[in-house]
Amino acid sequence: MQKQIIYLDHAATTYVKPEVFEAMKPYFTEEYGNPSSIYSIGRSNRKAVEDARISVAKSIGAAEPSEIYFTGSGTEADNWAIKGAALALHKKGKHIITSNIEHPAVLATCEFLQKQGYEITYIKVDNEGLVNPEDVDRAIRPDTILVTIMMANNEIGTIEPIKEIAQVCKKHGVLFHTDAVQAAGNIPINVKDLGVDLLSVSGHKFYGPKGIGMLYIRKGVRIENFIHGGHQERNKRAGTENVPGVVGFAKALELATINMEDHYKKLSSLRDKALKAITERIPNIHVNGSMEKRLPGNLNVSFRFVEGESVLLMLDMKGIKASSGSACTSGSLDPSHVLLSIGLPHEIAHGSLRMTFGEINTEEEVDYFIDALEEIITKLRNMSPLYEDFVKGV
Amino acid sequence: MYSEKVMDHFSNPRNVGEIENADGVGQVGNAKCGDIMKMYLKIEDGIIKDAKFKTFGCGAAVATSSMATELLIGKTIKEAEMISNKAVMEALDGLPPVKVHCSVLAEEAIAAALQDYKSKHGLAEDDYYEGCSGCCGGCGSHDLRREHLHDEEE
Ligand SMILES: Cc1ncc(COP(=O)(O)O)c(C=O)c1O
Repeated sequence: MQKQIIYLDHAATTYVKPEVFEAMKPYFTEEYGNPSSIYSIGRSNRKAVEDARISVAKSIGAAEPSEIYFTGSGTEADNWAIKGAALALHKKGKHIITSNIEHPAVLATCEFLQKQGYEITYIKVDNEGLVNPEDVDRAIRPDTILVTIMMANNEIGTIEPIKEIAQVCKKHGVLFHTDAVQAAGNIPINVKDLGVDLLSVSGHKFYGPKGIGMLYIRKGVRIENFIHGGHQERNKRAGTENVPGVVGFAKALELATINMEDHYKKLSSLRDKALKAITERIPNIHVNGSMEKRLPGNLNVSFRFVEGESVLLMLDMKGIKASSGSACTSGSLDPSHVLLSIGLPHEIAHGSLRMTFGEINTEEEVDYFIDALEEIITKLRNMSPLYEDFVKGV
Repeated sequence: MYSEKVMDHFSNPRNVGEIENADGVGQVGNAKCGDIMKMYLKIEDGIIKDAKFKTFGCGAAVATSSMATELLIGKTIKEAEMISNKAVMEALDGLPPVKVHCSVLAEEAIAAALQDYKSKHGLAEDDYYEGCSGCCGGCGSHDLRREHLHDEEE
């Protein structure tokens, strides 16, 4: 990290850890064989992929490595799980249950299926951003074929009661998928303990490479194939394996699993420090999402009377990289669906800032960041007609 | 994504603030859509002596407000009425397509402030100008100036 930047956007993506990069390197250069070839540099690649599978199975507590399927991204894993279940089970029914705070990888896939004649029920989260498992219980019908609810939210970091939802699904004999892209590497994942049937992970959220993901498919669960072609991934996901990606994914997940406790402590302490300082120094804020059931590095705060993109641009000028759920940054006309789902009015959602801390961040960086943030919010509020009205008591 | 001019006007906005006893004040946009512009004018002998603004909004909203005040100062009322969103945009070396509505908002803030001046001075015309630009469509209450937006986006 030579450049003088303060990176507070680890939920968007992370850098690749040096150990991970080192593990990947040979598979770009000397070890370039195709894992499907029988000569030595093919076989060594086959071994690398299968060793990675064993390692990943261990990291997430899978019963067998054969339950692990590598994909091209977290998005692909989500698409495969949902469309694959829909195609495999359409004779049983066409009803799918999800939540209203899912990532677009899930929401847009559900919308697609809706156009194909499936029916989607969106479970509403409460004001803390949490799904109530009883709502899932009530929503399940005889024709329900899949429940898909994320393990942790990408914007507000809330951790959903996955184990309880899995029990509900099991009781009704309905498949359960969870998008664990944000959870992986931040909180422990044990698929057996959770009782999920399908679980998606992406490499670039825990200091692994981009463009590599994984779908866990519990043994005995049948979903339709999604990418057709050769016989890679036991005929279920065709395409020559991204060997360096697979190796990097497994290495990063292994490191994250070993370091979990330290990682959790470090990130939550930076996050709590930032929250405390913001609360003490900046009035008229709103903290978004449950602070108890939350990923360690996630903080999401709305600053009233200002707009998120302006905050981001000014932070960027000071070398600080963060994210917002305002309309201007979401690329649509509305602010983030997640913030609206937890009951924020539009004008407060427009002023949201997501800060996601990571392992490279330091306490000094948090201090610098808070100073900058206080100055920026003050400057923007002094420019804001909404703040003017507020001060004048209009 | 923004031009250097936009970033300059965003990071060092000109003429931020209020004018006490302004001769014309106009506010457009709404908080739900994520941008509000408020424009204050000081007008003497039919000439805009001073212009100030307050804006809640994104980088482009701040930059277009700032540029609008620069374009206004020194102009006659007639000239000021001719300032189009296009002129504001050109003065900023362009805007990304999704931000064109901010320049429309600037044009409307100018129009609203001039309208206020006229009505205060008994010069008002029939077509009373009102409020929101329909910039975002988010509140679903207007189709005003839609065609305007689309023209610019092509
Ligand atoms: C919750 C969640 N699901 C899915 C994805 C998509 O993963 P990928 O970027 O690997 O496609 C992301 C990443 O932004 C995410 O945060």
